[in-house]
Amino acid sequence: MVAYLVKKLLKMLFTIWVVTTLIFVLIRMMPSNPVDRYIEEQMVVYGIGYEEATLRAQSLFSMELDEPIWKQYLSFLSDVANFDFGQSLLSPGVDVMSIIAARLPWTLFTVGMGLLLSFIIGISVGALMAMKRDRWYEPVVSGFASFLSAIPDFLIAIFLLLIFGVFTYGMGHTIIPITSLRGNYSMFVTPGWNAGFILDVLLHGLLPILTYMFSQLGIWILLMKGSTTSTLNTDYVQIAKVRGLRQSTILVNYVGRNAMLPIVTEFAMRLGFIIGGSLIIEQLFVYQGIGLELLNATNGRDYPLMQGIFLIMTSAIVLCNFLAEILYVVLDPRIKLKKKVRENG
Amino acid sequence: MAEKVYRTLSSSGRAQRFFRQIWYAISHDRVGMIGFVILAVIVVLSVISPAVFPVDVESDPSSILQGPSAQHILGTDHLGRDIWCQIANGGRELLVLSFVTAVLGMLIGVLIGAFSAVVGGRFDEIMLFLADVWLSIPRFPLLVVFSAFFTLNNTTLALVLAILSWAGIFRTVRSEVLSLKERDYIEVAFMQGLSLGHIVIKEILPNMMGFLAVNFTLLMRSTIYSQVGLVFLGLLPLEQNWGVMINLAWTQGVIYNPRTILYLLAPTVMICLLILSLVWIGKALEDVFNPSLRK
Repeated sequence: MVAYLVKKLLKMLFTIWVVTTLIFVLIRMMPSNPVDRYIEEQMVVYGIGYEEATLRAQSLFSMELDEPIWKQYLSFLSDVANFDFGQSLLSPGVDVMSIIAARLPWTLFTVGMGLLLSFIIGISVGALMAMKRDRWYEPVVSGFASFLSAIPDFLIAIFLLLIFGVFTYGMGHTIIPITSLRGNYSMFVTPGWNAGFILDVLLHGLLPILTYMFSQLGIWILLMKGSTTSTLNTDYVQIAKVRGLRQSTILVNYVGRNAMLPIVTEFAMRLGFIIGGSLIIEQLFVYQGIGLELLNATNGRDYPLMQGIFLIMTSAIVLCNFLAEILYVVLDPRIKLKKKVRENG
Repeated sequence: MAEKVYRTLSSSGRAQRFFRQIWYAISHDRVGMIGFVILAVIVVLSVISPAVFPVDVESDPSSILQGPSAQHILGTDHLGRDIWCQIANGGRELLVLSFVTAVLGMLIGVLIGAFSAVVGGRFDEIMLFLADVWLSIPRFPLLVVFSAFFTLNNTTLALVLAILSWAGIFRTVRSEVLSLKERDYIEVAFMQGLSLGHIVIKEILPNMMGFLAVNFTLLMRSTIYSQVGLVFLGLLPLEQNWGVMINLAWTQGVIYNPRTILYLLAPTVMICLLILSLVWIGKALEDVFNPSLRK
């Protein structure tokens, strides 16, 4: 059990190390990398000497450029380990970490809310559909679920936008006043724990949250339906029925726990997709989250900000993977047992 | 005639059998058939439309952002060009790119996956570990970051996407080969002292064709996602495809002009149809090649 988790932990650290190294290679060692290009540009455009241009680049990228490459690499690694990504190029003097800290909560809020909603609704609907396989509405719901799971999330976003913000349905105005919904909250509210602010934040986040929800909903319904169906046919569920246990008890304690197993693994696998999708969705709704910030950093060639956001994104995903592994062990006692058997002989 | 009726699948040639199985899968599945028809229509449109529905090369300032009419059945865009012609021509690039990427990606993934599963041992363990690590790196943000370092166009994108998607295919192919490896005929091939290359290419691969066809459609789907997403973000050169149309419609503020909403809606629906057709075909294939999944 402990050995299993330690192995997973090492894997998590290794992944982050791979990404860090990849970024270092891209920024520092590729031919015509941004550092070399910056030095060249300073020399050509402003006509300054190589030493001075290197000095400028050093302070800009916070790297000791005259050190050998492996020393630069080690200091880069230690910076990353301390969450020190230097300062943004586009807004000099601002720490990359403070930009991330300002943006990340909004993305976590919308993605988290969307995921939670889709998870709750999807699992309930999926389990229900597995029980009611003979009803007429089951193919309809399953068809809709497979439609949702197939089409890209940003197309769902466009559909939602058209439905809520563009079509007027003969009322003369749209369901949501879409033109005033840019950003995370309106100008006139004061941030804090007051009703006006919370409502405003929810309204601004509504379409992104709905998009995340619908883009994941189909997968949960299909998965839960599939795994519940196969669990329903097992002996222990039949026995539980014969024993005359209440149906809700069977559904939660006997079926639910086992049907959840494949879903937990899938949950971790999908997180990368959702965070990747947030780039396009935040751009669509002009929502000031980490995805939009990464896009702006890329368009403005703000390398420190880019590497910071990308590393934080990857770390978040890897961390969630790790948590999912732990949850898997908790849910499935067989893993613990298997390890013990193997250790003992 | 009688001869044809009694001919079994196994008595025909290998390639013939493969395509016959695919046709059987699609024609015996209603949803698969719909998917096949949609895909066929898109392919036919892509082939004939340069001659039949050429894209307007000149802008027409007198007819900007019009609604549907007899002359322009889907209306016109912000430069007065006909939208239907753009729709008819917009699928070609997506189809070609996703097909090329899927071929390249499958080649890489299948070769590494099959090799790793056959060799086994420490090599296999390390490859599996690397694939796991690779899978937890978010792919779309990585592509966006790449676009700051390399100029992405459709050729480089195909290559990058094929390389990026190795891990997923590697894992599925590896587990499939591992289960095939246990079969008797592979054991016999090993005992006969046949070379490893021979076993992988001649014995294992032909028995995985159906499985590979399913994964092929999945890979095409994810390629379309990445390409359209990158085009929407403006990180790919704007050429003639549905993603570009969405991008232009979006940046031209079509959503504030409900009369011409078709400019945004039409390419969105077309991309949905293309992806759905691939999904449905993939599902039909899966049903035939994986009989255990049948209800």
